Amino acid sequence: MKNRLIVSPSPHIYKDESVERIMWMVILSLVPAGIAGIIIFGIKAFKVIFLGIVSAVSSEWLLQRLTKKKITISDGSAFLTGLLLSYTLPSDIPFWIPILGSFFAISIGKQIFGGLGQNIFNPALVGRIFLVASWPRYITHFIPPLGYDAVTSATPLALLKRQEIFEQFSYIDLFLGKKPGCIGEVCVLALLLGAIFLLMRGYISWHIPITYITTVALFTYVFGAKGLFRGDWLFNILSGGLILGAFFMATDYVTSPLTHKGQIIFGIGCGLITAVIRLWGGNPEGVNYSILIMNAFTPIIDRYTKNRIYGR
Amino acid sequence: MKKFFKEFSKGIFKENPTFVLALGLCPTLAVSVSLLNGLGMGIAATFVLLGSNIIISLIRNFIPEKIRIPCFIVVIATFVTVVEMLMKAYSPGLDRALGIYIPLIVVNCIVLGRAEAYASKNNVFNSLSDALGMGIGFIWALLLISGIREFLGSGKLYGYKLIKGFKPPAIFILPAGALLVIGLLLGFFSLLKEKRK
Repeated sequence: MKNRLIVSPSPHIYKDESVERIMWMVILSLVPAGIAGIIIFGIKAFKVIFLGIVSAVSSEWLLQRLTKKKITISDGSAFLTGLLLSYTLPSDIPFWIPILGSFFAISIGKQIFGGLGQNIFNPALVGRIFLVASWPRYITHFIPPLGYDAVTSATPLALLKRQEIFEQFSYIDLFLGKKPGCIGEVCVLALLLGAIFLLMRGYISWHIPITYITTVALFTYVFGAKGLFRGDWLFNILSGGLILGAFFMATDYVTSPLTHKGQIIFGIGCGLITAVIRLWGGNPEGVNYSILIMNAFTPIIDRYTKNRIYGR
Repeated sequence: MKKFFKEFSKGIFKENPTFVLALGLCPTLAVSVSLLNGLGMGIAATFVLLGSNIIISLIRNFIPEKIRIPCFIVVIATFVTVVEMLMKAYSPGLDRALGIYIPLIVVNCIVLGRAEAYASKNNVFNSLSDALGMGIGFIWALLLISGIREFLGSGKLYGYKLIKGFKPPAIFILPAGALLVIGLLLGFFSLLKEKRK
């Protein structure tokens, strides 16, 4: 009888989840968007994704080797960073852009803070702003989907910024991804498939993405056009990197708030900054900067939304 | 003589104004776009530092305790005006590149900091060596930062293009790059200090 009793400290209920499993599940959920990107932009897109991932994983290996730390490339976090970074790049870029971007993302964005779980900012987005600030000409060089004449063209949001007509894109085109843009952000349908998978399995909660997207929609509906309440909110949701950012980047465990209350504040903040940049800022798109700015606020949000310890 | 050398050498590495004391970071961040600018700024600040340290240590016994900071500022501002006029006369190009940061040496933390912490308490000879050491420490720190930034950000060194076909990441000559480079170097030097212990 005595031997049957197991004495152990709490917690007693375990869940069959681990960092590795969650990372690989998020990667799995991003596969449809990648396939859509490759179908839309051709084999060039595959090359960018492949180089981004290889560079991210090998940078992580190299840096952990040099700093004599445990090598953790199999946990999928570097893989995911490389994947997300290459999804935010246009397909027609020189081969060294995703390589350098991934290296910067892993070294400055992650390892310098001490590796996974220590970084303040989303590494993939750090890599992207490094590329945008360093070689803006390449990163804003978009080509239209296959089947169109291969000339450089502007994204729907850039056209909107320049006050040019954007009637050439129907909502269906925007939803399916028949528009110039970055590899992983164009096909909203594929992104939503992955997002629904993550939500159903409970890997992400609805709080950040839904508040984020709703805020952008409301704000652009109210202020998006001349006169109030005339903005094209559906266009603003379907174009740019909003869906990719809201479901896959803003929800990063390390850099987003812990409590649901905090996550709602985080989502609204992201939405406001994105909408303000899109409507009045110098850049056509603001998802990238909005998430990074809110990442910086995450510690302070966490401090003020901490759950009360029972009994205190 | 031994003390002279000790005071001189401490500013170069052990108490380097930029990397250890982290003083005067504002002009360092703003000016370190190219080697030439960095060198100009470093020499100008060193000249002011030398002049102010000598004068302040000479008059240290006559300055009333309560109004010492205004007195320091008057001395420093005099030397800054001299530097500014000299630079306007003999290298107007550099003067234009450095712009407002030359008059701003008046409030440079290194100059004021050395006046307050050292020159107002020590004799002329030691103050001179302190100023020289700090100045050289500031110059090499500026040269290192501006060299890294100019090379990475524009692919040049002292205005000469070094590698053909190198597409420089422009972020390093933007303000973000300045913060990045200085942050990494500060980390690197703290690591060295840690290792030495």
